[in-house]
This record gives sequence, structure tokens and C-alpha cells, in this order.
Amino acid sequence: MFDLTGKAALVTGASGGIGGEIARALHGAGATLGLSGTREGPLQALAEELGERAHVLPCDLSDPAAVDALPRRAAEAMGGLDILVNNAGITRDGLFMRMSDADWQQVLDVNLTATMRLCRASLRGMMKARWGRIVNVGSVVGSIGNPGQANYAAAKAGLSGLTKSIAHEVAARGVTANLVAPGFITTAMTESLTEDQRAGLLQKVPMGRMGEAREVAAAVLYLSSPEAAYVTGATLHVNGGMAML
Amino acid sequence: MSDIADRVKKIVVEHLGVEEDKVSDSASFIDDLGADSLDTVELVMAFEEEFGIEIPDDAAENIQTFGDAVKFIEDAQ
Repeated sequence: MFDLTGKAALVTGASGGIGGEIARALHGAGATLGLSGTREGPLQALAEELGERAHVLPCDLSDPAAVDALPRRAAEAMGGLDILVNNAGITRDGLFMRMSDADWQQVLDVNLTATMRLCRASLRGMMKARWGRIVNVGSVVGSIGNPGQANYAAAKAGLSGLTKSIAHEVAARGVTANLVAPGFITTAMTESLTEDQRAGLLQKVPMGRMGEAREVAAAVLYLSSPEAAYVTGATLHVNGGMAML
Repeated sequence: MSDIADRVKKIVVEHLGVEEDKVSDSASFIDDLGADSLDTVELVMAFEEEFGIEIPDDAAENIQTFGDAVKFIEDAQ
């Protein structure tokens, strides 16, 4: 199931925990991968692990010109671009009353505006091909908010509206746009939590455990597949029941 | 017919899947050739690519017929 042989996929944030698993899942289904991120070392290591069909495409998502150029670089490296996974994201947490303009802007630039640019620049080829998949990675906090993350939650909620609007516009061309919204996932970021913090968070999760990056990747794989052709504008929540939306 | 008109017609025929003889100077992309708003955006982008020009949004809005497109591109060359 979920055969992506012959498809070319660009994954941003591929040097991170969830992005790496997304890349592995799509590659495992036969896709050719464009691995993007800011840190070239981890990207190279991942490309070596994947072996064939993996291209390293470093990009600073806070640089608009570099972002606009990334889909073309990816298409040149892979011979096309059929699947775009906007997974990259940053946090600049802090209570809202004390949030600086810079912390707001950086999070919006990378998490929302860069995704918009990548979607825009990728769509043309997908429209021509009459086939394409855009999967944006949101967050449960985009739906329910989170103290200390007003900027992050606003950007992730913005992705929801962006994704649905794109889905409307391109549906008639065989191109889908969907959102995967992870909850509390085990990554390098969450490993720094104390036991108390972890226990407090898990009380809100009916499943009683954190999610694994590969469980997010499986959702991305499905929405990237030919089998998901009739699913567009949807949000697939991967949160252990933390928010049933 | 000019070389430009030929190239524009080829794009329109290919993109909209219409008969070549339907593409007259006065043929409206939307009213006569069955284009929707997304088709018109794709056509404008295809013209930009084919002729290496930029068609600003306000100009694109005024390109409603095949003749409008040919005239705009000829003027832009």
C-alpha cells in the first residue's frame, strides 16, 4: 500500500525528529526525496542513511529569496516535484504580554510565510502535471492554543486557513492540500522536559503516552499517497485523543 | 497570422482542449472557450513562460479574449 515510486517529494525541516521520520516514510514507499533544513550535517547523514533517491537541499527559511528558489532547486535535483511537505518550524516561546516583535515575526516568517512561499512556488508544476500533494504540518496548539506559544499557535492556526484555501483553489486539478496536526510528540525538543512537566502534559492525553515521530510520518505518508486523492482541505489530528476536533 | 498569434493559439488549444477554429480574435476565454478563473491564471502564466514577459495582475484582468492576449504580448515584445 502507498506506493510513491516515481514521485518526487520535498520535505522541509528534514534534519529534525519528525521531518527525518517523514523523509524515511516517503522514501520507504519509493519516493525520491529532497531533504531541506538549515543544518547540512544532519541532512547529509540522513541522505547517506537513505542511500539512493535522496538529495540534500539546505535552505534558510527566514530568507525569502532562498525560499522562493527552493522548489525549483528541488525540481532540478529530482526531475520534478510532486509532493511538498512543509514540516519545518521554530519556536520562540514566552508569555504573550512580554513577547517581542522579533519573536513574533521570526515564528510567523518561518512557520507561516515560508510555507506560503513554498506552496506558491511548487503549485505551478503540480497544476501542469494535474497531480500534486501538499501536506503542511500544523499543531494541536493551532486549534486549542497554548500558554507561552501565542506566536507559534497563531502561525499554526494560519496554516490551517492557508491550507484550506489552497485546497479550494487547486482541487479541480488533481492537487490536494491537507494539514497534519501533531499533539505531544517525542522529539529532541520534548526530551528536555522534567518528569513533572511530562506527567502534567500526559494527564491531558487520553492515550496516556507521547506520540512517536513515525506516527506523524504515517499520517503524512497517507495524505501524500494516490489513495488519498479524494481527501483535501482536511486536518488529520495525531494527538492520542488530546483534542478530538 | 503572426508568429505570436500562432504560439498563443497553440497554448490556448492545448490548455483548454478546444478546437483551433474556435479560437478567433474575439473569442472570450471564459464565455466562449470554457475557461474558469483558474484556467485564466494558468494561461497567463503559460504566456509569461512562453514569451519571457511579465503580465501584471491589472493587465491580466483586461486580457479576456484571444485577441487581447495577442495584442498585449505583441506590445510587450
